[in-house]
Amino acid sequence: MQRIANAEVLNQVCQSAKTKIDACKCRILICAGTGCLAGGSGEIYEEMCRLAKDNPDVEIDFKPEIACAGLPGHGLEEEARAAVEKIAGARKNAGASGVKEEDLDDFAVKKSGCHGFCEMGPLMRIEPLGILYTKVSVDDCKAIFERTVKNGDIIRELLYKQDGIEYARQEDIPFYKKQTRVVLENCGHIDAEHIEEYIARGGYQALVKTLFDMTPEEVIEEVSESNLRGRGGGGFKTGYKWSQVARQPEKQRYVVCNGDEGDPGAFMDRSIMEGDPHRVLEGMMIAAYATGAQEGYIYVRAEYPLAIKRLQNAIAQAEEAGLLGENILGSDFSFKLHINRGAGAFVCGEGSALTASIEGNRGMPRVKPPRTVEHGLFDKPTVLNNVETYANVPGIISRGAAWFKSIGPENSPGTKAFALTGSVKNTGLIEVPMGTTLREVIFDIGGGIKNDGTFKAVQIGGPSGGCLITPQLDISLDFDSLKKMGAMIGSGGLVVMDDSTCMVEVARFFMNFTQKESCGKCVPCREGTKRMLEILERIVAGNGKEEDLDLLEELADTITETALCGLGKTASLPVKSTLKLFREEYLEHVVDKHCASHTCTSLRRFVISPDRCKGCSKCAKNCPADAIYGKIKEPYVIDNERCIKCGACESSCAFGAIHVEW
Amino acid sequence: MLDQKYYDTADEIIALHGAKPSSLIPIIQDIQTEFRYLPGELLSYVADKIGITEAKAYSVATFYENFSFEPKGKYVIKVCDGTACHVRKSIPILERLYSVLGLSEDKATTDDMLFTLETVSCLGACGLAPVLTVNDKVYPAMTPDAAEDLIEELRGAE
Repeated sequence: MQRIANAEVLNQVCQSAKTKIDACKCRILICAGTGCLAGGSGEIYEEMCRLAKDNPDVEIDFKPEIACAGLPGHGLEEEARAAVEKIAGARKNAGASGVKEEDLDDFAVKKSGCHGFCEMGPLMRIEPLGILYTKVSVDDCKAIFERTVKNGDIIRELLYKQDGIEYARQEDIPFYKKQTRVVLENCGHIDAEHIEEYIARGGYQALVKTLFDMTPEEVIEEVSESNLRGRGGGGFKTGYKWSQVARQPEKQRYVVCNGDEGDPGAFMDRSIMEGDPHRVLEGMMIAAYATGAQEGYIYVRAEYPLAIKRLQNAIAQAEEAGLLGENILGSDFSFKLHINRGAGAFVCGEGSALTASIEGNRGMPRVKPPRTVEHGLFDKPTVLNNVETYANVPGIISRGAAWFKSIGPENSPGTKAFALTGSVKNTGLIEVPMGTTLREVIFDIGGGIKNDGTFKAVQIGGPSGGCLITPQLDISLDFDSLKKMGAMIGSGGLVVMDDSTCMVEVARFFMNFTQKESCGKCVPCREGTKRMLEILERIVAGNGKEEDLDLLEELADTITETALCGLGKTASLPVKSTLKLFREEYLEHVVDKHCASHTCTSLRRFVISPDRCKGCSKCAKNCPADAIYGKIKEPYVIDNERCIKCGACESSCAFGAIHVEW
Repeated sequence: MLDQKYYDTADEIIALHGAKPSSLIPIIQDIQTEFRYLPGELLSYVADKIGITEAKAYSVATFYENFSFEPKGKYVIKVCDGTACHVRKSIPILERLYSVLGLSEDKATTDDMLFTLETVSCLGACGLAPVLTVNDKVYPAMTPDAAEDLIEELRGAE
């Protein structure tokens, strides 16, 4: 990587990198996000590289009419012709951008970040047309090379199909069509391991603009004007936070990025760090310039090894290029960046716990004020924002606050990335304008409920959030509307549940999570969550009492009002929300000892059908609780008071005489 | 008493991160990666080298879930029990692995030091739920049977 000494050199690098990409006759982007890698995309990448290496003189002859045969109605042929012309044009003008003809690739294989459509992985995007192949295997590579790469012939078996329609181009697939990708615009489109690819898409131009055309005050003004709110969950105004740091008398300041995305069911930040790491770096640099910070830290969960690797690689490349370090791009601005790996404590997602952890201490929150903006990392003024928040910054600077505000509602402008998971057809990573309704997200983008089940609820905001049900499907997804509903946007995990999910068990699951992650510093959280968990465990075990529900509510309110940090204050939200929306279900568990979704196995009963039982006594011998009795050759009986619901009798019966009743 | 090579490795790691109190966590993370656990003797050694008390070092090492004073197996299996995996039935997978490996909540590592079984709250691979990882390699869409096959395969590779 050449050293980028000033803005002019950056423009040259941008032009030549862009020319190389535009002039490439066939560019293959293989998704190398965590999801697709697990599906074998690493091997697919290697196989495609091997095919490219073994055929160095491959003739790429893209014929739009072949590509589009049998795929009418997408306007594909027109697009294909335009793409061919564009490539020819880029090749002709390559010299003007300082790229020699021999440096132009005919064919390139790249590892990209997450495309988002994890359900259909491993994914392969083929440019220039933007064809998306789904569920690709190593065995498909040869055919892809021979047919698609060489001739532009689309392999229809690998296309995504929905409702009888085949979709050749990624952008036409309903899952993508309804999205607005701003933060994720590069994810899946660039090779996350090469800085030139980010630069080719206009990367680091926002940094240039801030360094040379704007004062720090103007940068803060622009971000404030955009009304960008923290994407980590709280929705605190980013510009205001920056201005508070900027006006501290202490000159030693820090910029910290919270990549400790611990909410179960959320993976937006991971995908951004893996798929477009330089965008996060650029956002942090702009924040540092605006607030006068000299050093920054990115705190990433240890459970995200790939994100750590990609960020380390990005930092090394930026340092080599001179985009990090002393006198960046020839300006007076200097900035150093470090990565800290988390060590498995969820509470470290809380600001003061996170900074304590970077300092080498136990990750325990402290009483506020003073706030992080005044006394943050190493007791110095600190800007602490979430990954997605920083990733929004370059766009706001480049395109302006007015552009940003034109997306979404006035009070929560911009887009939000969500991880859509659970019982939904199209699981994956999505980005939509704030203010989109849940119905659009789950049914239009998500394709509805898996196995044509019935929608029951969606859990939003993880262990700090709540549930929303059918009548709330049309509310707008933004910070304020959700808060009114007793839920919160949290970091953006959306777990869809169908009617096979027991909401009491879900509440127990979340309480178990927060209880385990409680740091133990304050009594309400340490003891309160433990008591709430005990009650919930009692209820799912069939030993709950009606007054338990009131006790749960009382405990929930007390903990919310008295806990020290955000983790404790919001720990009871999943319980409060399910109690409010599904009180009937709780009552069924405690009064009727019945679990309608057949989830709480302690509430089932094993019953012997007298007409089928031969009285062989095998079940009684297998029962570990001595709960089955009877006389040989006469039907046996199960004592449900003693039964521990292990199911040993059912599996031991040779006559199928034992069945489960709920 | 640990072999001298443990201390030599620790010295190298300390030099890499700098002998200062704020380097404690990265240092012991690297030690754990190197030896697959955090030997108590090394923790005391590191505390002395970077200028913090032994008590402080232990308070930090015991706070974070990732540190283990017990040697871990060659294959560390993490079964994800995040929300998405939980809803798609991760617990039966965990239970099968407990029974196949003869482990329990109280006993995480097999006697032959081959396998350590842990749970983790969300690996962020929710689209592939339920998942587990073996030494950070993700295995998607698991079932109890597939998990058992995987154990057999790993044992066979030995």
